[in-house]
Amino acid sequence: MVEYGDIRVVYRGGSKINFRKPVISNDSRFLLCASGESVKVFSSVTEECVHELRGHTGQVTGVLLRPSNHLQVYSCSTDGTVRLWDFTDGILVRVKNEKGTFRTLVVKQVCVFVFAELFQLVAVNLPQTPDQLVEARDLSAVLSDVSSNPSTIAFGRGGEYLASVNNLKMEIYFFKKNKSYRFEPFNGGKNTFTCIACHPKDDCVATGHDDGKIRLWRNFKQKKEYTYSTLHWHHSAVSSLCFTPEGTNLLSGGVESVLVQWRYNQENQKDFLPRLGAAITHVTVSPDGALFSTSHSDNKITIIQSCVKVSAVIQGLVKGENVTTGLLVDPRSKALVLNGRPGHLQFYSLQRDKLLFHLDIVQQEYIHEAGLEQFEVVRAAFDASGLWLATVEERKQKSAELELNLKLWSFDEQTQSFVLNTTVSAPHEARITAMCFSQAADSQTTTLVSASRDGHFKAWQLGLPAHTDGTQEYEGPSWSCDFVGAYHGLVPRCCCFSADGSLLAVGFQEVVTVWNPTSWELLTTLSQPPGDVRNLCFGQLSCSKYLLGSNNKKMVCCWNLLTCSLEWSTSMDVSLLLVDSRSENMAAFCCQDGSTDLFVFKPSEPRPLFSQKAVCSGRVIHAVFTPREVMLESSEESSQWLNRSQLYFLTEFMDLLTFSTKAEEEKLMASSKQLVIDDTVAMTPFYLLLGKHRHEHLGNEESAERTPLPQSSVAIKELLQTPAHVLPATSFLCSMFAKSLLISVTETSRRVGHRFNLNNSDSDSNSSFRFRFFEDMTCFTRAS
Amino acid sequence: MGEFKVHRIRFFNHMPSAIRVMAFNSHTERLVVARADGAVEIFNFADNYYQEKVIPGRDGKAVEALCWVGRRLFSAGLDGEITEYDLENLRPRNSMEAYGGPIWTISSNSQGTLLAAGCEDGTVKMFEVLEDRIQFQRNLSRQKGRIISLSWHPTGSQIAAGMLDMIKIFDAETGHATHRLLVERGLQRTSNSQEVVVWSVAFLSDHTIISGDSAGKVQIWDGITGTLVRTHLLTKWDVLVLAVSPDESSVIAGTSEGTVVQFQFISSTVDQQDKQWVRTRTFKSHSHDVRALVHTDTAVVSGGVDTQLVVRPLLDKVEKNTQESAMRKIIFPHRNLVSCAKKAGLLLFQFSDHLELWRLGESDGNGETRAHTRLTSNLRVGRFGEDNICCSALSPCGGWLAYATVSSVRLYRLQLDNNITPLVPLSRLQVSKLPKELNSVHQLSFSSDSSKLFASSILSSVIVASVKELECKYLHTFKPPSGEQPVHLLSPSEDGNWLATANTGGEIHVFDLHCSVPVCGSCPTAVSIHPFSCSLVSVHADQQIFEFSLKQKEFTAWSRKLQKQGMHPLWLQRDAPITRVTFNPNNPTHILLHDTSMFCIVDQILPLPEEKTRFYNQSVLQSLSLGERLRNSHAFKVYRNFQNLLCVDLMEDHSLVVVERPLLDIVSQLPAPVQQKKFAT
Repeated sequence: MVEYGDIRVVYRGGSKINFRKPVISNDSRFLLCASGESVKVFSSVTEECVHELRGHTGQVTGVLLRPSNHLQVYSCSTDGTVRLWDFTDGILVRVKNEKGTFRTLVVKQVCVFVFAELFQLVAVNLPQTPDQLVEARDLSAVLSDVSSNPSTIAFGRGGEYLASVNNLKMEIYFFKKNKSYRFEPFNGGKNTFTCIACHPKDDCVATGHDDGKIRLWRNFKQKKEYTYSTLHWHHSAVSSLCFTPEGTNLLSGGVESVLVQWRYNQENQKDFLPRLGAAITHVTVSPDGALFSTSHSDNKITIIQSCVKVSAVIQGLVKGENVTTGLLVDPRSKALVLNGRPGHLQFYSLQRDKLLFHLDIVQQEYIHEAGLEQFEVVRAAFDASGLWLATVEERKQKSAELELNLKLWSFDEQTQSFVLNTTVSAPHEARITAMCFSQAADSQTTTLVSASRDGHFKAWQLGLPAHTDGTQEYEGPSWSCDFVGAYHGLVPRCCCFSADGSLLAVGFQEVVTVWNPTSWELLTTLSQPPGDVRNLCFGQLSCSKYLLGSNNKKMVCCWNLLTCSLEWSTSMDVSLLLVDSRSENMAAFCCQDGSTDLFVFKPSEPRPLFSQKAVCSGRVIHAVFTPREVMLESSEESSQWLNRSQLYFLTEFMDLLTFSTKAEEEKLMASSKQLVIDDTVAMTPFYLLLGKHRHEHLGNEESAERTPLPQSSVAIKELLQTPAHVLPATSFLCSMFAKSLLISVTETSRRVGHRFNLNNSDSDSNSSFRFRFFEDMTCFTRAS
Repeated sequence: MGEFKVHRIRFFNHMPSAIRVMAFNSHTERLVVARADGAVEIFNFADNYYQEKVIPGRDGKAVEALCWVGRRLFSAGLDGEITEYDLENLRPRNSMEAYGGPIWTISSNSQGTLLAAGCEDGTVKMFEVLEDRIQFQRNLSRQKGRIISLSWHPTGSQIAAGMLDMIKIFDAETGHATHRLLVERGLQRTSNSQEVVVWSVAFLSDHTIISGDSAGKVQIWDGITGTLVRTHLLTKWDVLVLAVSPDESSVIAGTSEGTVVQFQFISSTVDQQDKQWVRTRTFKSHSHDVRALVHTDTAVVSGGVDTQLVVRPLLDKVEKNTQESAMRKIIFPHRNLVSCAKKAGLLLFQFSDHLELWRLGESDGNGETRAHTRLTSNLRVGRFGEDNICCSALSPCGGWLAYATVSSVRLYRLQLDNNITPLVPLSRLQVSKLPKELNSVHQLSFSSDSSKLFASSILSSVIVASVKELECKYLHTFKPPSGEQPVHLLSPSEDGNWLATANTGGEIHVFDLHCSVPVCGSCPTAVSIHPFSCSLVSVHADQQIFEFSLKQKEFTAWSRKLQKQGMHPLWLQRDAPITRVTFNPNNPTHILLHDTSMFCIVDQILPLPEEKTRFYNQSVLQSLSLGERLRNSHAFKVYRNFQNLLCVDLMEDHSLVVVERPLLDIVSQLPAPVQQKKFAT
């Protein structure tokens, strides 16, 4: 992406895991999926992310197992590289460089097929060289005019042919004959192709359609004599199709969130796995057919055992259609809080990149029906200590009035969760535009201010416990309205407390008013050039005397509250203005010409600390500073603002992005390289009893074997000292190694011969070990 | 376009009969359809699916099976008789009792020498097909239980017979059963005690037997070893009929749910040779049971209880987006069932077993085109004997009514009490003595002055009889110079000088002039002689229109211009034939044509439509100004507001009679279809 010095915009945390089809490893223990700029390896048993394969500098657009080595995986990315990984220990094996950007890839034996730009499917022949970085030059376009969606391309029957669909066209390309057949069987209507799958044994292609039909095509060798049969269960578009490895079943999924299993050749027998939670976007099967996995539209991967039991759910950050609450940080858990499932708030840990939990705000059953208006969480706010959470939910029905509820939740230490304290129904007469808690951590009473379109802002305070008669049970303190403020009937758009909680600024359309939250008197009004105030922010720490505001007339103003005068103003179309609570820094996102620029500055200094043009395409709709757990020690001036906190932002395409420095990335890379596969995954009791013992035994044996190895040869020394993951291909090394063994001084050769003789006289287990040693070079080198 | 007062009539309760069985003759490209009322209809697939011939049935003679042997047509029914039809004279030629109880099926071997009939008593009876009749040869070994379906092996050495719970394979030489294939009883719907009926079998040349049964299964058997190869469960209900394509690469099965399922013989992988039967497409073109199926080279023809004949081309066999690839539904007969007495304002509706006579009411709207038609009188003419009515006619003056069955003709004198109250029922008198020449008639017509009755008879001759005061006298017989096909259209001219006839051989003859119009390839569907210009207008099954001047004895200039320019493609794409040609006496250049979906006024003055001009432009023209309208109009003024038309005729008072039969009325009279689970119900 865009570089600025050493600061880069990266996908980190909360990225989509349902973007592309995941891959299940051959032993069904791991599930790999593209997630932002990395490939995540999940355990299919524990649902945990085992490790992340980092290295791409663009979004990963496809992951596939290498057919010739099932412990390796290819990945491709928009940065123009195809990488080969050992996914069990997360080591990058090879990089292939490539001009242009790849959309996704399909692998067939020796060739890698990638989607290049201009919607072409390109075959890339991989040169057999020992270099780590390979520039692939041997490109040949196979198909043109393919859809950008990779689920519209499939290989059939051991890679004999390639089938692709696009809109109303289907094309089947036979590699042997180098001939392709095109079909355009429908005149239009709702017959648009959506996805495709090929039977592994028979010449049968299954296609999904927009109207929910699945068609099984046969006899497509001829131009006209093709034929198809139709299966119809889905009521809207089929989004994914998949044959099981033996070809006995066909799996399909769609918006109904039901996995349908069709018997091949007995299509009126079908099994269903309903209630999977959200619309299915991808269906995959493990190579042994034991596990199915379905990706869902709410960023979730479900792992299913033999089509009957959901065995694991891997949940990513839920991204709905719009995030109305904005991005918040829970001060207690440091988790990112935003809209999740309908009617819920989700708490997402960015450090662990894991969804912590969903908090049910609306507490009503969600009914899946198009056009039905439901309660939605539209605002949320935390107080500084994380003890209180305020939420606003609303329901707008067509004819009826707006229904509003303000709910206040207190954190319960015992259950470690939020408990509903107060519900205020209809707190305002119109939609609530802004809501904030007073930020002072040490004050006795916390105050919540909500501003609404009805022209009022209301202050809410935790009241004293109600007088209890003997009969009534004691109820804890509840929230009640303390003050209703208004200013000339103008509509308040935003409100903000100063850092110490001594001032409240409310922006009434064009006027900024400053109030005293203890006595509720209007202290002053700040005028500014005309234009509705969009954002208001008090400075932090040393800059706390400044109040900043942006309006819709492309102006940013900074007032000095001591003098009540305009300190400075500049012309900038700021769409989002936010303050870092741990430093004086403020960030402003400016939307210009379809892309967004970022400025980080201190209110007291005229020069921005950092600025970056075109952070991302499209608008940035929400952003938040999150505190770091470990402070960074960056000396560079431009990256100092990232030392204490990180800036996360959400684009209009629901991508959660952040900024990362080079040092940070290097640290991450280093840690990922050191990662070694954790054998505790899927550990059985049997393994605990015997496995470790055996392992030790083996280790002893190996060390015993290792001693007489010929150490003198330079070639072998070089070979043994090089890290395993940068070693060239085994076939390349083999001749060199064999030579080093053979062409030697006579005494060594005699010694070697002697050793082999010894080995021959050894027990069977030993000789078999020896055999393996020559067969599998990597094993040998790693053991040393 | 001219304005008419319109009588819009929707009370003609014409109810087509359910299709029972069909057979296709691929040499002559004729499809024969037998309906539940016993009528046998012959469609010419080479000539735009035109319904050439109709042989009316008779009561108590339901046709269960049809079979072509060469050009000869045999049928059998539950009355236990095998009937051969005389296709030239549209009547049964001879019948033969099989003495085996009701006959469920007949089938001929591919050589056309033997006819096998499956009987209720469990015998398969072999008949030898002789020149003029069939002769019983022998019985195959008798089985327990009825024989429901039969299929010959293409070599003629074996016969497969579908029975209750089993399929038997007979050796045709010895007559012994060689295999017994047990069919599993139904699993879901029926209890185990209920036996399964093998409704249909097909014996393929590679000794594969395909069966469809009442448990909803299509099963594929190996006929050599007698083992079951595959079972395809299609439906919870019955699989009623199977049909095999001529090249044996495809089999279709019709079910009670109204679906037609196709199976194809294809290899599982591209290069391999071993093929298997795979279920492929499903066609849903019927709402009720599919009782009859035919698989031609390029199309699936199906018919059933919902009375429609559906021709669905297989899209992989025909060119896409051509006229050939369009689906066709034939609902209404290609004949006129309505006769109008132009002068008296009477309508005669022909049903299969009775006639109805109606008088047009006075329209109460002033200038309103959709006037009411009030029932004034209703006449039900009961028929004599068991034969169904094949044709009927009403004289223009309203004084005479004639109808004919296969064996007899009846003529009535109607006495109209016009001057008194119109609600008095009409009295009728039967003319008792008819000339003996009028015994076998396919078409009847009165001359315009109601003094002569024309009747087409055997050997495409036309009999002329004079009718006067309860008397009918034979005058003479017109014999065409050539032709043996039956005359299906009679059209006398207005001045009584000429009579135009057309036969299903495609020939048009004009008598009293003894001239023949040059034959064009397609069968005429409507002919009429212009009252003033004395030219003959004929419309053909391929939708061509010709105008032949009887005075010059050549095609008129307009007709030649039309042929030279060609018809508009949209006109040619219509799938129903024009069934009536009439003229507007007020406007001699106008020709009125109609088919079941539109009626059209052809204005011979206006320019003919070019290929690129907008053909259906009446709604556009109405929004244009007068000058624009004149510039944009063309000769074919198509009016499509009336649908499902059975008759459009111009009365003497220049009001237009439009008889409609809404499809919904037909559907509502059908029996309830089988229960089916529909999504979201």
